[in-house]
Amino acid sequence: MSVPMESPVTFSNVSQAKWWRRGIFATQTGYVTIALILLVVVMNFASPYFLTEGNIQNMAKNFSFIAIATLGITFVIITGGIDLSVGSMMCFAAMVTSMVMTELSTPGAAGGAWFVHLATDGKTVLANVPGLILLISVLAGLLAALIVGLINGFCVAVLGLSSFVTTLGMLSIVRGLAYVVSNGRGSFPGGPDADYFYALTSGDLYGLPAPFIYLMILALVMAVVLHHSRFGRHVFALGGNENAAEQTGISVTRVKIAVYVISALAAGLQGIIISGWLGSAPANMATSYELNVIAAAVIGGANLAGGIGGPLGAIVGCVLLEVIRNGLVLAQVNSYWQQTLVGVIIIAAVLVDRVRSKLS
Amino acid sequence: MTPAAVEQPQSAPLLELKGIGKEFGAIRALHDVDMKIYPGEVVGLMGDNGAGKSTLVKIIAGNFRPSHGEMVFGGDAVHFHRPVDARAVGIEVVYQDLALADNLTAAANVYLGRELTRKVGPFSLLDHKAMAARSLELFGELRSETLPYNLVKQMSGGQRQAVAIARTRLSNARLVMMDEPTAAISVRQVEQVLSLIHRLKEQGIAVMLISHRMPDVFAVSDRVVVMRRGEKRADKPIRDTSPEEVTALITGAKEAA
Repeated sequence: MSVPMESPVTFSNVSQAKWWRRGIFATQTGYVTIALILLVVVMNFASPYFLTEGNIQNMAKNFSFIAIATLGITFVIITGGIDLSVGSMMCFAAMVTSMVMTELSTPGAAGGAWFVHLATDGKTVLANVPGLILLISVLAGLLAALIVGLINGFCVAVLGLSSFVTTLGMLSIVRGLAYVVSNGRGSFPGGPDADYFYALTSGDLYGLPAPFIYLMILALVMAVVLHHSRFGRHVFALGGNENAAEQTGISVTRVKIAVYVISALAAGLQGIIISGWLGSAPANMATSYELNVIAAAVIGGANLAGGIGGPLGAIVGCVLLEVIRNGLVLAQVNSYWQQTLVGVIIIAAVLVDRVRSKLS
Repeated sequence: MTPAAVEQPQSAPLLELKGIGKEFGAIRALHDVDMKIYPGEVVGLMGDNGAGKSTLVKIIAGNFRPSHGEMVFGGDAVHFHRPVDARAVGIEVVYQDLALADNLTAAANVYLGRELTRKVGPFSLLDHKAMAARSLELFGELRSETLPYNLVKQMSGGQRQAVAIARTRLSNARLVMMDEPTAAISVRQVEQVLSLIHRLKEQGIAVMLISHRMPDVFAVSDRVVVMRRGEKRADKPIRDTSPEEVTALITGAKEAA
């Protein structure tokens, strides 16, 4: 009747997983990175312009324009959710920032007197520290994003609505608000601080585009948060098994709200940076960017089912999209092919991952 | 229940239920259940679906509050409002789904929700090394060759159980309730799980094994409790009963023993 407990059970099937089944090599991010390197090599032979300094700078700038938002949405995707409102969020935050900047820089407007006054020769003069207007306007834009992120998080985490539906609604709500507040015209950064704004958003530092520098800093912070903080661990746990997270006492609600706030803030910051490069925040800015952002995240290895993703994958996904776009232009392929190719790559990346996990 | 029939170990009971009852509206899920569990004792809790096993477990684990009766744990009367309250005194449940996050490592799962951190400047970062080292120790105590840095999704059913049980060891649980730990795993892995239960017993931990699998209950339990229609129908040392008798009690062919 009883099982002989004294005989030690042997575990011949247990060993540390082989190196190629562990860490980066076992992930979609790993082989997409390899594919990217191969693509860069091929492009280098295909076009002498591809690896010139100018083109590299150009590409670095371009992929940085969606990569910060991709970092943010990766948090949401790891928990198993989705945020479709990032495109609208970019526009809205940029618009709030430039409107606040213009408003604060207008003598006689509400609050304007605090920051500027008219000199005797009729010119607008700063009445305060240079950069203060810029700081307040950027914070205002991020605050708008924060509020929208909180609402997204509240609907998903507290009310239990599906993230797809909630953020689809928010996509429309926020875009609508952007049209309403600007009367459909969009807005322009203006006033004495506008030059700082342009310098900080589309300027260079030692030849590196400013957005690229922000991206690198944020990606490093994200890597540390995801892999070395309790919050990051809980984000992964939530995506792996939400029940388990709940049963082990993790505050699922708090973590969920936090990821939507992070996604909205990243999108907001991204939008503000883009508007500096564009020189304006038109009401149709970043329309359908959410699709590029999600595509980049998915190509880079974030799993929409939750539990997998990271900053490296997000960036690799964005770089791959940009290299393809750029490569097609240099190869003088009709640029209309780009979308088609991107679609093929999304499916191919996920398909290869599927085949690989079947094989192992 | 006939207390004389139950072999009384020397120590005081770890958990004592007195007249526990539970009604959901007009439905009486549990009726007047008395039960004692001693430290280091393995009790098999058996019964058909709807017999009241899971209601009883949920009351002990703090998921439900009993409608009647009282619970004494470690000598003190206890009233649990939430599962956290039960966990705080040392009652842990290993759920059938094990509550493991497949995408994380064994060590991460053991420490899920209780991660160790160390200060690096103003930040507290995860202390991966300390968590892995302690997890390895716990797996060693359980004599399971589970490796802390392996992903749970690559593990066998037995190893997954070891991870879930190691988690209860971490919190110094005094009573571990296991919900169908041997359902849906291979014969070889069942052996591993049963040996894990023995390891817990060796360390003086009381185990309540909720199972449908007669051979498993008879292999590891000291005592078997049979529930039927919300009532306790039997509570006997395992050597004074037989699978045939327990089956009869579960199905109602025999009313009480």
